[in-house]
Amino acid sequence: MIAGLRTPRGLITAILLLVLAILPLLTQAFDQRYLLSIGTRIVIWSIAAISLNMILGYGGLVSFGHAAFFGIGGYAVGILYANGITTGWIQWPVAIVAASVWAGLIGALSLRTRGLYFIMITLAFAQLVYYVGAGLEAYGGDDGLNISRSRFSGLIDLRDKAAFYWLCFVLFCATLWFCGRLVNSRFGLVIRGAKANDLRMTALGFAVFRYRLAAFAISGAFGGLSGILLANEGAYISPAMMSWVKSGDLIVIVVLGGMGTLCGPLYGAIAFFALEETLKPLLDLAHKGWGEYWQIVFGPMLVLIALYARGGLDSLLGRRHG
Amino acid sequence: MAEPLLSTDRLVKRFGGLLATDSVSIDVRAGEIHALIGPNGAGKTTLVSQLTGNVRPDAGAIRFAGRDITHLPMHARARLGLARSFQITAVLREFTALDNVALAVQAHAGHSFRFLADARRERGLRESAQRLLAEVGLEPRANALASALSHGEQRQLEIAMALAGDPKLLLLDEPMAGMGPEESQRMVAVLRAFKGNRAMLLIEHDMDAVFQLADRITVLVYGRAIASGSPTEIRADPDVRQAYLGEEAV
Repeated sequence: MIAGLRTPRGLITAILLLVLAILPLLTQAFDQRYLLSIGTRIVIWSIAAISLNMILGYGGLVSFGHAAFFGIGGYAVGILYANGITTGWIQWPVAIVAASVWAGLIGALSLRTRGLYFIMITLAFAQLVYYVGAGLEAYGGDDGLNISRSRFSGLIDLRDKAAFYWLCFVLFCATLWFCGRLVNSRFGLVIRGAKANDLRMTALGFAVFRYRLAAFAISGAFGGLSGILLANEGAYISPAMMSWVKSGDLIVIVVLGGMGTLCGPLYGAIAFFALEETLKPLLDLAHKGWGEYWQIVFGPMLVLIALYARGGLDSLLGRRHG
Repeated sequence: MAEPLLSTDRLVKRFGGLLATDSVSIDVRAGEIHALIGPNGAGKTTLVSQLTGNVRPDAGAIRFAGRDITHLPMHARARLGLARSFQITAVLREFTALDNVALAVQAHAGHSFRFLADARRERGLRESAQRLLAEVGLEPRANALASALSHGEQRQLEIAMALAGDPKLLLLDEPMAGMGPEESQRMVAVLRAFKGNRAMLLIEHDMDAVFQLADRITVLVYGRAIASGSPTEIRADPDVRQAYLGEEAV
Protein backbone atom coordinates (compact mmCIF):
# COMPACT_ATOMS: atom_id res chain seq x y z
CA MET A 1 0.00 0.00 0.00
CA ILE A 2 2.72 2.44 1.03
CA ALA A 3 5.01 1.06 -1.68
CA GLY A 4 2.20 1.71 -4.18
CA LEU A 5 2.53 5.43 -3.53
CA ARG A 6 6.02 5.48 -5.03
CA THR A 7 4.75 4.87 -8.56
CA PRO A 8 3.19 7.78 -10.45
CA ARG A 9 -0.02 5.78 -10.76
CA GLY A 10 -0.25 5.10 -7.05
CA LEU A 11 0.55 8.68 -6.14
CA ILE A 12 -1.91 10.26 -8.56
CA THR A 13 -4.66 7.84 -7.59
CA ALA A 14 -4.07 8.52 -3.91
CA ILE A 15 -4.23 12.27 -4.49
CA LEU A 16 -7.42 11.96 -6.55
CA LEU A 17 -9.09 9.82 -3.91
CA LEU A 18 -8.00 12.18 -1.17
CA VAL A 19 -9.38 15.21 -3.02
CA LEU A 20 -12.63 13.36 -3.65
CA ALA A 21 -12.85 12.33 0.01
CA ILE A 22 -12.72 15.94 1.22
CA LEU A 23 -14.39 17.55 -1.78
CA PRO A 24 -17.35 19.02 0.17
CA LEU A 25 -14.89 20.74 2.54
CA LEU A 26 -12.89 22.13 -0.39
CA THR A 27 -15.89 23.41 -2.31
CA GLN A 28 -17.20 25.08 0.81
CA ALA A 29 -13.86 26.63 1.69
CA PHE A 30 -13.45 28.06 -1.81
CA ASP A 31 -17.17 28.79 -2.11
CA GLN A 32 -17.51 26.76 -5.31
CA ARG A 33 -20.69 24.83 -4.53
CA TYR A 34 -21.24 24.11 -8.21
CA LEU A 35 -18.10 21.95 -8.21
CA LEU A 36 -19.69 19.69 -5.61
CA SER A 37 -22.51 18.82 -7.98
CA ILE A 38 -19.98 18.00 -10.71
CA GLY A 39 -18.05 15.94 -8.17
CA THR A 40 -21.22 14.07 -7.25
CA ARG A 41 -21.89 13.24 -10.88
CA ILE A 42 -18.28 12.12 -11.40
CA VAL A 43 -18.52 9.72 -8.46
CA ILE A 44 -21.88 8.33 -9.58
CA TRP A 45 -20.78 7.88 -13.18
CA SER A 46 -17.59 6.23 -11.92
CA ILE A 47 -19.71 3.59 -10.20
CA ALA A 48 -21.55 2.97 -13.47
CA ALA A 49 -18.29 2.93 -15.42
CA ILE A 50 -16.67 0.49 -12.97
CA SER A 51 -19.66 -1.80 -13.35
CA LEU A 52 -19.42 -1.59 -17.14
CA ASN A 53 -15.66 -2.15 -16.93
CA MET A 54 -16.28 -5.45 -15.11
CA ILE A 55 -17.89 -6.92 -18.21
CA LEU A 56 -16.36 -4.77 -20.95
CA GLY A 57 -12.82 -4.22 -19.71
CA TYR A 58 -12.22 -7.46 -17.84
CA GLY A 59 -14.74 -9.66 -19.61
CA GLY A 60 -14.31 -8.40 -23.17
CA LEU A 61 -18.08 -8.10 -23.61
CA VAL A 62 -18.92 -4.86 -25.40
CA SER A 63 -22.28 -4.09 -23.88
CA PHE A 64 -23.84 -1.11 -25.62
CA GLY A 65 -26.82 -0.87 -23.33
CA HIS A 66 -25.43 -0.07 -19.95
CA ALA A 67 -27.48 3.11 -19.50
CA ALA A 68 -30.51 0.83 -19.16
CA PHE A 69 -29.30 0.22 -15.61
CA PHE A 70 -29.30 3.95 -14.90
CA GLY A 71 -32.91 3.83 -16.05
CA ILE A 72 -33.98 0.74 -14.16
CA GLY A 73 -32.33 1.87 -10.94
CA GLY A 74 -33.78 5.35 -11.35
CA TYR A 75 -37.26 4.30 -12.38
CA ALA A 76 -37.52 1.75 -9.58
CA VAL A 77 -36.89 4.59 -7.13
CA GLY A 78 -39.20 6.98 -9.00
CA ILE A 79 -42.09 4.58 -9.41
CA LEU A 80 -41.97 3.53 -5.76
CA TYR A 81 -41.82 7.20 -4.77
CA ALA A 82 -44.83 8.05 -6.92
CA ASN A 83 -46.72 5.24 -5.20
CA GLY A 84 -46.00 6.61 -1.79
CA ILE A 85 -43.00 4.51 -0.86
CA THR A 86 -40.39 7.09 0.03
CA THR A 87 -38.07 5.08 2.21
CA GLY A 88 -34.74 4.15 0.71
CA TRP A 89 -34.74 0.92 2.73
CA ILE A 90 -37.30 -0.41 0.28
CA GLN A 91 -36.51 1.67 -2.80
CA TRP A 92 -32.83 0.83 -3.01
CA PRO A 93 -32.92 -2.95 -2.60
CA VAL A 94 -35.83 -3.20 -5.04
CA ALA A 95 -33.93 -1.08 -7.59
CA ILE A 96 -30.74 -3.10 -7.27
CA VAL A 97 -32.50 -6.44 -7.52
CA ALA A 98 -34.54 -5.22 -10.52
CA ALA A 99 -31.40 -4.07 -12.33
CA SER A 100 -29.60 -7.31 -11.56
CA VAL A 101 -32.51 -9.48 -12.71
CA TRP A 102 -32.81 -7.47 -15.89
CA ALA A 103 -29.07 -7.88 -16.47
CA GLY A 104 -29.48 -11.61 -16.01
CA LEU A 105 -32.29 -11.71 -18.57
CA ILE A 106 -30.34 -9.68 -21.13
CA GLY A 107 -27.28 -11.77 -20.46
CA ALA A 108 -29.11 -15.07 -20.87
CA LEU A 109 -30.11 -14.03 -24.39
CA SER A 110 -27.26 -11.81 -25.56
CA LEU A 111 -24.41 -14.00 -24.30
CA ARG A 112 -25.38 -16.61 -26.86
CA THR A 113 -24.19 -14.25 -29.56
CA ARG A 114 -20.82 -12.71 -30.30
CA GLY A 115 -19.17 -9.64 -31.69
CA LEU A 116 -21.37 -7.19 -33.49
CA TYR A 117 -24.53 -9.20 -32.75
CA PHE A 118 -23.82 -8.97 -29.07
CA ILE A 119 -23.43 -5.20 -29.30
CA MET A 120 -26.66 -4.86 -31.27
CA ILE A 121 -28.67 -7.06 -28.91
CA THR A 122 -27.55 -5.22 -25.80
CA LEU A 123 -28.39 -1.94 -27.56
CA ALA A 124 -31.79 -3.28 -28.61
CA PHE A 125 -32.67 -4.29 -25.06
CA ALA A 126 -31.61 -0.90 -23.75
CA GLN A 127 -33.79 0.80 -26.37
CA LEU A 128 -36.66 -1.41 -25.29
CA VAL A 129 -36.30 -0.18 -21.72
CA TYR A 130 -36.00 3.38 -22.99
CA TYR A 131 -39.28 3.22 -24.89
CA VAL A 132 -41.06 1.51 -22.04
CA GLY A 133 -39.90 4.37 -19.83
CA ALA A 134 -41.07 6.94 -22.36
CA GLY A 135 -44.42 5.17 -22.56
CA LEU A 136 -45.08 5.22 -18.84
CA GLU A 137 -47.52 8.15 -18.96
CA ALA A 138 -48.39 7.66 -15.30
CA TYR A 139 -44.77 8.40 -14.49
CA GLY A 140 -44.27 11.37 -16.74
CA GLY A 141 -43.75 9.68 -20.11
CA ASP A 142 -41.26 11.57 -22.22
CA ASP A 143 -41.09 14.47 -19.81
CA GLY A 144 -39.97 12.45 -16.83
CA LEU A 145 -40.98 12.83 -13.25
CA ASN A 146 -39.86 14.99 -10.35
CA ILE A 147 -39.21 12.98 -7.23
CA SER A 148 -37.73 13.73 -3.86
CA ARG A 149 -34.65 12.12 -2.47
CA SER A 150 -34.93 8.76 -0.75
CA ARG A 151 -35.55 8.87 3.00
CA PHE A 152 -33.35 7.08 5.45
CA SER A 153 -35.09 8.53 8.47
CA GLY A 154 -32.79 9.36 11.31
CA LEU A 155 -29.72 7.91 9.63
CA ILE A 156 -28.81 10.36 6.92
CA ASP A 157 -30.55 13.28 5.23
CA LEU A 158 -29.88 13.01 1.52
CA ARG A 159 -31.18 16.54 0.91
CA ASP A 160 -27.97 17.74 2.51
CA LYS A 161 -25.69 18.05 -0.53
CA ALA A 162 -22.48 17.23 1.33
CA ALA A 163 -24.05 14.23 3.07
CA PHE A 164 -25.40 12.95 -0.23
CA TYR A 165 -22.00 13.41 -1.84
CA TRP A 166 -20.27 11.51 0.92
CA LEU A 167 -22.73 8.67 0.65
CA CYS A 168 -22.04 8.47 -3.09
CA PHE A 169 -18.31 8.59 -2.40
CA VAL A 170 -18.47 5.78 0.16
CA LEU A 171 -20.52 3.66 -2.24
CA PHE A 172 -18.01 4.45 -4.97
CA CYS A 173 -15.15 3.29 -2.73
CA ALA A 174 -17.06 0.12 -1.89
CA THR A 175 -17.63 -0.53 -5.59
CA LEU A 176 -13.96 0.06 -6.37
CA TRP A 177 -12.90 -2.23 -3.53
CA PHE A 178 -15.29 -4.95 -4.62
CA CYS A 179 -14.15 -4.71 -8.24
CA GLY A 180 -10.51 -4.91 -7.15
CA ARG A 181 -11.22 -8.09 -5.21
CA LEU A 182 -13.47 -9.54 -7.88
CA VAL A 183 -11.01 -9.32 -10.76
CA ASN A 184 -8.34 -11.20 -8.83
CA SER A 185 -10.66 -13.84 -7.41
CA ARG A 186 -11.26 -17.24 -8.94
CA PHE A 187 -14.33 -15.81 -10.59
CA GLY A 188 -12.45 -12.81 -11.94
CA LEU A 189 -9.69 -14.92 -13.44
CA VAL A 190 -12.25 -17.06 -15.25
CA ILE A 191 -13.89 -13.94 -16.71
CA ARG A 192 -10.54 -12.49 -17.75
CA GLY A 193 -9.39 -15.79 -19.17
CA ALA A 194 -12.57 -16.04 -21.19
CA LYS A 195 -11.91 -12.58 -22.61
CA ALA A 196 -8.49 -13.71 -23.79
CA ASN A 197 -9.68 -17.05 -25.16
CA ASP A 198 -13.10 -18.44 -24.34
CA LEU A 199 -12.64 -21.66 -26.31
CA ARG A 200 -9.51 -22.40 -24.32
CA MET A 201 -11.34 -21.78 -21.06
CA THR A 202 -14.16 -24.10 -22.10
CA ALA A 203 -11.69 -26.79 -23.08
CA LEU A 204 -10.15 -26.48 -19.62
CA GLY A 205 -13.55 -27.36 -18.16
CA PHE A 206 -15.08 -23.99 -17.33
CA ALA A 207 -18.75 -23.46 -18.19
CA VAL A 208 -17.93 -19.98 -19.51
CA PHE A 209 -21.54 -19.00 -20.19
CA ARG A 210 -22.56 -19.34 -16.54
CA TYR A 211 -19.65 -17.25 -15.33
CA ARG A 212 -20.36 -14.55 -17.86
CA LEU A 213 -24.02 -14.54 -16.93
CA ALA A 214 -23.12 -14.10 -13.28
CA ALA A 215 -20.73 -11.28 -14.23
CA PHE A 216 -23.57 -9.61 -16.10
CA ALA A 217 -25.88 -9.83 -13.10
CA ILE A 218 -23.22 -8.44 -10.76
CA SER A 219 -22.44 -5.64 -13.17
CA GLY A 220 -26.15 -4.90 -13.49
CA ALA A 221 -26.53 -4.62 -9.72
CA PHE A 222 -23.85 -1.94 -9.53
CA GLY A 223 -25.29 -0.26 -12.62
CA GLY A 224 -28.63 -0.16 -10.82
CA LEU A 225 -26.96 1.40 -7.80
CA SER A 226 -25.58 4.19 -9.97
CA GLY A 227 -29.09 4.71 -11.38
CA ILE A 228 -30.52 5.07 -7.88
CA LEU A 229 -27.91 7.70 -7.07
CA LEU A 230 -28.41 9.53 -10.34
CA ALA A 231 -32.16 9.76 -9.79
CA ASN A 232 -31.55 11.05 -6.28
CA GLU A 233 -28.92 13.51 -7.42
CA GLY A 234 -31.25 15.23 -9.86
CA ALA A 235 -34.41 14.45 -7.85
CA TYR A 236 -35.73 13.57 -11.26
CA ILE A 237 -36.14 10.60 -13.56
CA SER A 238 -36.68 10.65 -17.30
CA PRO A 239 -36.12 8.37 -20.27
CA ALA A 240 -33.17 10.58 -21.23
CA MET A 241 -31.10 9.05 -18.43
CA MET A 242 -31.12 5.77 -20.33
CA SER A 243 -30.81 6.94 -23.93
CA TRP A 244 -28.27 5.12 -26.06
CA VAL A 245 -26.13 8.26 -25.98
CA LYS A 246 -25.56 7.67 -22.27
CA SER A 247 -24.56 4.07 -23.00
CA GLY A 248 -22.08 5.47 -25.50
CA ASP A 249 -20.77 7.99 -22.95
CA LEU A 250 -20.17 5.16 -20.51
CA ILE A 251 -18.19 3.19 -23.07
CA VAL A 252 -16.22 6.35 -23.89
CA ILE A 253 -15.42 6.84 -20.21
CA VAL A 254 -14.21 3.26 -19.81
CA VAL A 255 -12.12 3.34 -22.98
CA LEU A 256 -10.77 6.81 -22.24
CA GLY A 257 -9.74 5.81 -18.73
CA GLY A 258 -8.32 2.43 -19.69
CA MET A 259 -10.26 -0.79 -20.22
CA GLY A 260 -9.61 -3.57 -17.77
CA THR A 261 -7.80 -1.36 -15.27
CA LEU A 262 -9.12 -0.86 -11.78
CA CYS A 263 -9.03 2.94 -11.62
CA GLY A 264 -9.43 3.59 -15.34
CA PRO A 265 -13.18 4.28 -15.01
CA LEU A 266 -12.46 6.94 -12.39
CA TYR A 267 -9.82 8.63 -14.56
CA GLY A 268 -12.21 8.43 -17.50
CA ALA A 269 -15.14 9.93 -15.60
CA ILE A 270 -13.00 12.77 -14.23
CA ALA A 271 -11.56 13.53 -17.67
CA PHE A 272 -14.99 13.33 -19.32
CA PHE A 273 -16.70 15.76 -16.94
CA ALA A 274 -13.66 18.03 -16.61
CA LEU A 275 -13.49 18.37 -20.38
CA GLU A 276 -17.22 18.94 -20.68
CA GLU A 277 -17.12 21.63 -18.02
CA THR A 278 -14.06 23.42 -19.42
CA LEU A 279 -14.63 23.03 -23.15
CA LYS A 280 -18.17 24.39 -23.00
CA PRO A 281 -17.29 27.79 -21.49
CA LEU A 282 -14.11 28.01 -23.58
CA LEU A 283 -16.03 27.51 -26.79
CA ASP A 284 -18.76 29.86 -25.63
CA LEU A 285 -16.06 32.42 -25.04
CA ALA A 286 -14.81 31.99 -28.60
CA HIS A 287 -18.29 32.35 -30.01
CA LYS A 288 -21.57 32.49 -28.17
CA GLY A 289 -23.49 29.23 -28.57
CA TRP A 290 -20.56 27.09 -29.63
CA GLY A 291 -20.34 25.51 -26.18
CA GLU A 292 -23.13 23.15 -27.04
CA TYR A 293 -20.87 21.55 -29.61
CA TRP A 294 -18.02 20.78 -27.19
CA GLN A 295 -17.92 17.23 -28.46
CA ILE A 296 -16.51 18.51 -31.77
CA VAL A 297 -13.31 19.08 -29.83
CA PHE A 298 -13.77 16.08 -27.56
CA GLY A 299 -14.23 13.68 -30.49
CA PRO A 300 -10.79 14.22 -32.02
CA MET A 301 -9.25 13.89 -28.55
CA LEU A 302 -10.84 10.45 -28.30
CA VAL A 303 -9.46 9.54 -31.70
CA LEU A 304 -5.98 10.52 -30.52
CA ILE A 305 -6.38 8.40 -27.38
CA ALA A 306 -7.57 5.47 -29.47
CA LEU A 307 -4.60 5.85 -31.84
CA TYR A 308 -1.76 6.67 -29.50
CA ALA A 309 -2.72 5.55 -26.00
CA ARG A 310 -4.40 2.18 -26.45
CA GLY A 311 -4.50 1.61 -22.73
CA GLY A 312 -6.29 4.91 -22.15
CA LEU A 313 -5.30 7.46 -19.53
CA ASP A 314 -4.18 4.68 -17.24
CA SER A 315 -1.40 3.75 -19.68
CA LEU A 316 -0.05 7.31 -19.50
CA LEU A 317 0.75 6.68 -15.85
CA GLY A 318 3.40 4.13 -16.69
CA ARG A 319 3.62 0.44 -17.31
CA ARG A 320 1.51 -1.98 -15.37
CA HIS A 321 2.84 -5.14 -13.80
CA GLY A 322 0.73 -8.24 -13.34
CA MET B 1 -10.59 -57.51 -22.50
CA ALA B 2 -11.73 -54.47 -20.61
CA GLU B 3 -13.58 -51.73 -22.42
CA PRO B 4 -11.16 -49.22 -23.94
CA LEU B 5 -10.92 -45.81 -22.28
CA LEU B 6 -12.13 -44.00 -25.37
CA SER B 7 -13.86 -45.44 -28.38
CA THR B 8 -15.74 -44.08 -31.34
CA ASP B 9 -18.36 -46.05 -33.18
CA ARG B 10 -18.70 -45.26 -36.88
CA LEU B 11 -18.37 -41.53 -36.45
CA VAL B 12 -19.52 -39.42 -39.40
CA LYS B 13 -19.11 -35.69 -40.01
CA ARG B 14 -19.96 -33.87 -43.21
CA PHE B 15 -19.15 -30.29 -44.12
CA GLY B 16 -21.41 -29.61 -47.08
CA GLY B 17 -20.30 -32.10 -49.73
CA LEU B 18 -17.09 -32.96 -47.92
CA LEU B 19 -17.04 -36.13 -45.86
CA ALA B 20 -14.52 -35.06 -43.23
CA THR B 21 -15.04 -38.07 -41.00
CA ASP B 22 -16.12 -41.20 -42.80
CA SER B 23 -17.39 -43.85 -40.42
CA VAL B 24 -14.34 -43.81 -38.16
CA SER B 25 -14.09 -46.31 -35.33
CA ILE B 26 -10.98 -45.99 -33.21
CA ASP B 27 -10.18 -46.65 -29.60
CA VAL B 28 -7.58 -45.69 -27.03
CA ARG B 29 -6.81 -48.09 -24.20
CA ALA B 30 -5.77 -47.06 -20.73
CA GLY B 31 -2.12 -46.12 -20.55
CA GLU B 32 -1.33 -46.36 -24.23
CA ILE B 33 -0.13 -43.77 -26.69
CA HIS B 34 -2.24 -43.98 -29.78
CA ALA B 35 -1.01 -41.85 -32.66
CA LEU B 36 -3.28 -40.52 -35.38
CA ILE B 37 -1.46 -39.69 -38.57
CA GLY B 38 -2.50 -38.74 -42.06
CA PRO B 39 -1.81 -36.17 -44.76
CA ASN B 40 -3.08 -32.61 -44.48
CA GLY B 41 -6.83 -32.47 -44.85
CA ALA B 42 -7.28 -36.08 -43.77
CA GLY B 43 -9.69 -34.93 -41.07
CA LYS B 44 -7.51 -35.41 -38.00
CA THR B 45 -8.42 -32.15 -36.34
CA THR B 46 -12.10 -32.60 -37.22
CA LEU B 47 -12.01 -35.97 -35.51
CA VAL B 48 -10.37 -34.56 -32.39
CA SER B 49 -12.86 -31.68 -32.33
CA GLN B 50 -15.68 -34.21 -32.19
CA LEU B 51 -13.97 -35.99 -29.33
CA THR B 52 -13.62 -32.77 -27.34
CA GLY B 53 -17.09 -31.56 -28.19
CA ASN B 54 -16.64 -28.42 -30.25
CA VAL B 55 -17.88 -30.18 -33.38
CA ARG B 56 -21.01 -32.33 -33.28
CA PRO B 57 -20.87 -35.58 -35.29
CA ASP B 58 -23.68 -36.23 -37.80
CA ALA B 59 -23.81 -39.90 -36.89
CA GLY B 60 -22.05 -42.41 -34.70
CA ALA B 61 -21.21 -42.44 -31.02
CA ILE B 62 -18.34 -41.63 -28.68
CA ARG B 63 -17.79 -43.50 -25.45
CA PHE B 64 -15.38 -42.36 -22.78
CA ALA B 65 -14.61 -43.96 -19.44
CA GLY B 66 -17.64 -46.21 -19.64
CA ARG B 67 -20.27 -43.68 -20.71
CA ASP B 68 -21.70 -42.22 -23.87
CA ILE B 69 -20.40 -38.67 -24.24
CA THR B 70 -21.62 -38.01 -27.79
CA HIS B 71 -23.95 -35.23 -26.65
CA LEU B 72 -22.03 -33.89 -23.68
CA PRO B 73 -20.86 -30.26 -23.90
CA MET B 74 -17.17 -29.49 -24.10
CA HIS B 75 -16.65 -28.28 -20.54
CA ALA B 76 -18.38 -31.36 -19.11
CA ARG B 77 -16.11 -33.66 -21.11
CA ALA B 78 -13.09 -31.79 -19.81
CA ARG B 79 -14.32 -32.33 -16.28
CA LEU B 80 -14.68 -36.06 -16.93
CA GLY B 81 -10.96 -36.20 -17.64
CA LEU B 82 -10.70 -35.63 -21.36
CA ALA B 83 -8.06 -32.93 -21.76
CA ARG B 84 -6.64 -31.46 -24.91
CA SER B 85 -3.80 -29.30 -26.03
CA PHE B 86 -4.28 -27.00 -28.96
CA GLN B 87 -2.70 -26.99 -32.38
CA ILE B 88 -2.55 -23.23 -32.41
CA THR B 89 -0.77 -22.25 -29.22
CA ALA B 90 -3.60 -20.84 -27.21
CA VAL B 91 -2.57 -19.82 -23.75
CA LEU B 92 -3.62 -16.70 -21.90
CA ARG B 93 -0.86 -14.44 -23.06
CA GLU B 94 -0.88 -11.63 -20.53
CA PHE B 95 -0.86 -14.05 -17.59
CA THR B 96 2.29 -15.70 -16.22
CA ALA B 97 3.06 -19.33 -16.96
CA LEU B 98 2.19 -20.21 -13.38
CA ASP B 99 -1.12 -18.27 -13.54
CA ASN B 100 -2.04 -20.17 -16.68
CA VAL B 101 -1.49 -23.55 -15.13
CA ALA B 102 -3.11 -22.50 -11.83
CA LEU B 103 -6.20 -21.47 -13.82
CA ALA B 104 -6.24 -24.90 -15.45
CA VAL B 105 -5.96 -26.50 -12.01
CA GLN B 106 -8.79 -24.27 -10.79
CA ALA B 107 -11.08 -25.71 -13.46
CA HIS B 108 -10.88 -29.06 -11.69
CA ALA B 109 -10.79 -27.85 -8.09
CA GLY B 110 -14.39 -27.10 -7.21
CA HIS B 111 -16.48 -24.27 -8.64
CA SER B 112 -15.17 -20.80 -9.33
CA PHE B 113 -18.08 -18.77 -8.02
CA ARG B 114 -15.76 -17.30 -5.42
CA PHE B 115 -15.73 -13.57 -5.70
CA LEU B 116 -13.51 -12.06 -3.04
CA ALA B 117 -10.56 -14.26 -2.10
CA ASP B 118 -7.41 -13.71 -4.15
CA ALA B 119 -7.04 -16.76 -6.40
CA ARG B 120 -3.32 -16.17 -6.72
CA ARG B 121 -2.96 -16.77 -2.99
CA GLU B 122 -4.70 -20.15 -3.00
CA ARG B 123 -1.86 -22.35 -1.96
CA GLY B 124 -3.43 -25.56 -3.26
CA LEU B 125 -3.78 -24.14 -6.77
CA ARG B 126 -0.30 -22.65 -6.84
CA GLU B 127 1.43 -25.78 -5.54
CA SER B 128 -0.30 -28.07 -8.00
CA ALA B 129 0.57 -25.66 -10.78
CA GLN B 130 4.23 -25.59 -9.71
CA ARG B 131 4.32 -29.38 -9.75
CA LEU B 132 2.84 -29.54 -13.24
CA LEU B 133 5.32 -26.97 -14.54
CA ALA B 134 8.11 -29.08 -13.09
CA GLU B 135 6.69 -32.15 -14.80
CA VAL B 136 7.07 -30.55 -18.23
CA GLY B 137 10.40 -28.93 -17.37
CA LEU B 138 9.13 -25.36 -17.30
CA GLU B 139 9.57 -24.60 -13.62
CA PRO B 140 12.36 -22.02 -14.08
CA ARG B 141 10.00 -19.96 -16.24
CA ALA B 142 7.08 -20.05 -13.82
CA ASN B 143 6.88 -16.28 -13.38
CA ALA B 144 7.49 -15.30 -16.99
CA LEU B 145 4.50 -13.95 -18.91
CA ALA B 146 3.14 -16.56 -21.29
CA SER B 147 3.66 -14.10 -24.13
CA ALA B 148 7.39 -13.94 -23.30
CA LEU B 149 7.90 -17.71 -23.60
CA SER B 150 9.57 -19.19 -26.67
CA HIS B 151 7.44 -21.24 -29.03
CA GLY B 152 8.72 -24.50 -27.61
CA GLU B 153 8.11 -23.34 -24.05
CA GLN B 154 4.56 -22.36 -24.93
CA ARG B 155 3.92 -25.88 -26.20
CA GLN B 156 5.30 -27.25 -22.93
CA LEU B 157 2.98 -24.89 -21.08
CA GLU B 158 0.07 -26.27 -23.10
CA ILE B 159 0.92 -29.76 -21.96
CA ALA B 160 1.19 -28.65 -18.32
CA MET B 161 -2.28 -27.06 -18.59
CA ALA B 162 -3.71 -30.17 -20.21
CA LEU B 163 -2.31 -32.24 -17.33
CA ALA B 164 -4.17 -30.22 -14.71
CA GLY B 165 -6.89 -32.17 -12.97
CA ASP B 166 -5.07 -35.41 -13.69
CA PRO B 167 -6.94 -36.27 -16.91
CA LYS B 168 -7.62 -39.85 -17.93
CA LEU B 169 -6.85 -39.07 -21.54
CA LEU B 170 -4.74 -36.41 -23.21
CA LEU B 171 -5.60 -35.35 -26.73
CA LEU B 172 -2.46 -33.80 -28.10
CA ASP B 173 -3.01 -31.92 -31.32
CA GLU B 174 0.40 -31.53 -32.97
CA PRO B 175 2.42 -30.81 -29.83
CA MET B 176 5.62 -30.59 -31.93
CA ALA B 177 4.25 -28.22 -34.57
CA GLY B 178 6.73 -25.50 -35.48
CA MET B 179 9.47 -26.87 -33.24
CA GLY B 180 13.11 -27.26 -34.10
CA PRO B 181 14.73 -30.71 -33.75
CA GLU B 182 16.12 -29.94 -30.33
CA GLU B 183 12.80 -28.68 -28.93
CA SER B 184 11.07 -31.67 -30.51
CA GLN B 185 13.37 -34.07 -28.73
CA ARG B 186 12.70 -32.33 -25.41
CA MET B 187 8.96 -32.71 -25.98
CA VAL B 188 9.37 -36.38 -26.89
CA ALA B 189 11.22 -36.86 -23.61
CA VAL B 190 8.44 -35.10 -21.67
CA LEU B 191 5.74 -37.24 -23.30
CA ARG B 192 7.69 -40.45 -23.03
CA ALA B 193 7.88 -39.96 -19.27
CA PHE B 194 4.05 -40.30 -19.17
CA LYS B 195 4.07 -43.50 -21.16
CA GLY B 196 2.34 -46.39 -19.50
CA ASN B 197 0.43 -44.38 -16.93
CA ARG B 198 -1.40 -41.82 -19.01
CA ALA B 199 -3.40 -42.53 -22.14
CA MET B 200 -2.77 -40.21 -25.06
CA LEU B 201 -4.20 -39.68 -28.47
CA LEU B 202 -1.40 -38.01 -30.35
CA ILE B 203 -1.83 -36.19 -33.64
CA GLU B 204 1.54 -35.38 -35.09
CA HIS B 205 3.26 -34.75 -38.40
CA ASP B 206 6.72 -35.43 -37.04
CA MET B 207 7.12 -39.11 -38.01
CA ASP B 208 10.27 -39.57 -35.95
CA ALA B 209 8.37 -38.53 -32.85
CA VAL B 210 5.37 -40.70 -33.71
CA PHE B 211 7.42 -43.82 -34.22
CA GLN B 212 9.41 -43.15 -31.05
CA LEU B 213 6.34 -42.68 -28.88
CA ALA B 214 3.33 -44.57 -30.20
CA ASP B 215 2.15 -47.96 -29.06
CA ARG B 216 -0.39 -48.01 -31.84
CA ILE B 217 -0.93 -45.90 -34.94
CA THR B 218 -4.08 -45.22 -36.92
CA VAL B 219 -3.77 -43.77 -40.40
CA LEU B 220 -6.47 -41.40 -41.59
CA VAL B 221 -6.86 -40.59 -45.30
CA TYR B 222 -9.77 -38.59 -46.73
CA GLY B 223 -11.68 -39.01 -43.47
CA ARG B 224 -11.30 -42.79 -43.38
CA ALA B 225 -9.19 -44.91 -41.09
CA ILE B 226 -7.33 -47.01 -43.65
CA ALA B 227 -5.09 -48.87 -41.24
CA SER B 228 -4.47 -49.37 -37.57
CA GLY B 229 -1.74 -51.29 -35.81
CA SER B 230 1.66 -51.27 -34.16
CA PRO B 231 4.37 -49.00 -35.59
CA THR B 232 6.01 -52.01 -37.23
CA GLU B 233 2.73 -53.10 -38.86
CA ILE B 234 2.01 -49.59 -40.07
CA ARG B 235 5.48 -49.26 -41.54
CA ALA B 236 4.96 -52.50 -43.43
CA ASP B 237 1.40 -51.82 -44.62
CA PRO B 238 1.41 -51.39 -48.41
CA ASP B 239 -1.77 -49.22 -48.45
CA VAL B 240 -0.25 -46.85 -45.93
CA ARG B 241 3.03 -46.62 -47.80
CA GLN B 242 1.18 -45.80 -50.98
CA ALA B 243 -1.34 -43.41 -49.52
CA TYR B 244 0.74 -41.52 -47.09
CA LEU B 245 4.17 -42.47 -45.91
CA GLY B 246 5.48 -42.61 -49.46
CA GLU B 247 9.05 -41.50 -49.72
CA GLU B 248 9.24 -40.60 -46.03
CA ALA B 249 9.10 -44.23 -44.92
CA VAL B 250 12.45 -45.85 -44.54
